[in-house]
Amino acid sequence: MPEPLIDNQLDPSFRVQISQEKGGEKITRCFACDTCTLGCPVRATDDSFNPRRIIHLALLGAKREVLESGFVWLCSSCYLCSERCPQDVSVTELMCAIRNIAVREGQIPTAYVAQLELLDKHGRLYEIGDFENKKRTKMGLPRVEEKREEVARILELVGVTRYYRKEPAP
Amino acid sequence: MRVALFLGCTVPVRATNYEQAFRRVAAEFGAEVIDINDFSCCGFPAKAVDRMIPLVMAGRNLALAEREGVEAVVTLCNACTETLTETNHVLRHDPEQREKVAGHLAKLGYRYDGSMTVRHAARFLYQEIGLDRIRTKVTQPLAGWRIAAYPGCHYTKPAEIYEGFDRPERPISLNLLVEATGAETLDLEEACCGGGTLGAKEETALKMARMTLDQMKDQGADAITLICPFCDVMFEQNQKKIEKVFASEYGLPVLYYPQLLGLALGIPREELGFSINRIKMDRLWEKLGAQAVRG
Repeated sequence: MPEPLIDNQLDPSFRVQISQEKGGEKITRCFACDTCTLGCPVRATDDSFNPRRIIHLALLGAKREVLESGFVWLCSSCYLCSERCPQDVSVTELMCAIRNIAVREGQIPTAYVAQLELLDKHGRLYEIGDFENKKRTKMGLPRVEEKREEVARILELVGVTRYYRKEPAP
Repeated sequence: MRVALFLGCTVPVRATNYEQAFRRVAAEFGAEVIDINDFSCCGFPAKAVDRMIPLVMAGRNLALAEREGVEAVVTLCNACTETLTETNHVLRHDPEQREKVAGHLAKLGYRYDGSMTVRHAARFLYQEIGLDRIRTKVTQPLAGWRIAAYPGCHYTKPAEIYEGFDRPERPISLNLLVEATGAETLDLEEACCGGGTLGAKEETALKMARMTLDQMKDQGADAITLICPFCDVMFEQNQKKIEKVFASEYGLPVLYYPQLLGLALGIPREELGFSINRIKMDRLWEKLGAQAVRG
């Protein structure tokens, strides 16, 4: 059982923060019908994931519980809940909105740090060098060149390099 | 029709069988498929960090296609399909985001307004080539093959961005494409392969894939047909692991749809990338050999 929530740990502004985040705008429409959770394929195999509970906790203001428990990272982004939600909450986009907030508040999972590093280094998640291109040529496939500069520039423009580059504090 | 093939991250390194077969099949139907060397990752992997990243990265890729003057961008991966399509949708419907994206793209020397058509390779074959043309070109019908056709979540979801293509849940176009080769299909429940959860919790992701593998086995599948490299990670690359962890047995070969179609079109196996497929196909080759002899 999770620890009981204590009043003074709740942050009533959390729902406002989420509803001002892209993808989280419709959180307050939720009337807790449980359709999202009943159809969820992650939930079907893992009791610790419960989208309705995450939404309810967020609406209550249990900010730390939502951002630090790691639950939102289990969502597989299959969009089934979004298709079925009678209130059109866009639950998958909502999970993404909460992830974006969690990242800004220091809760970025290491897997995502690694992915950002790869994108910066190769412009893709996988390196394509001579070795890979040799195999491609053997199959009659055209060479693929890495174009990392513009991808790295995009990561700079959006302002996410601080999550993976060792940069001095501003 | 002149289209640009969008490879993304996984396909050009890990799913070259899918790529080779699609190029070969597209050529068979006379589609002009070009490559744009400046394409990068679609941006999907970074959406969880900041949703502006995929918008700008996809916007850049689509701007490159627009500059090239192609009629559509054809994608092989469901995540690329969803990300490029979603970016079009956002740029068309959200002026605030459009302005931000345009600002970033301008700094890189690009302009994009959301007009490029994005087509998943399967949707391209279904809509642009069409079932009739496919059927007339089939020379080696795969009669008696029971195929578990698994389209994957982002092929039709979120429905909002796909503008009425197919049904969001249990779509039918991939089944119809498989049936056009002469094979039979199954009636699978809507489920997610688990690929999206693999990075966060492997055990849960494997359980998710196992639920679908069980369905496929129970319905007597000879093989699985996919159109997404993420689904392949779960159903092909992790199949042995799932068998081990849950003490089960599947032995289900996995073919990408263009490989299946290529066989039915009579294209030699060597030109369809089968050396990359990991799970033994012996039983399928026996069937095919017997059919060829009978034919």
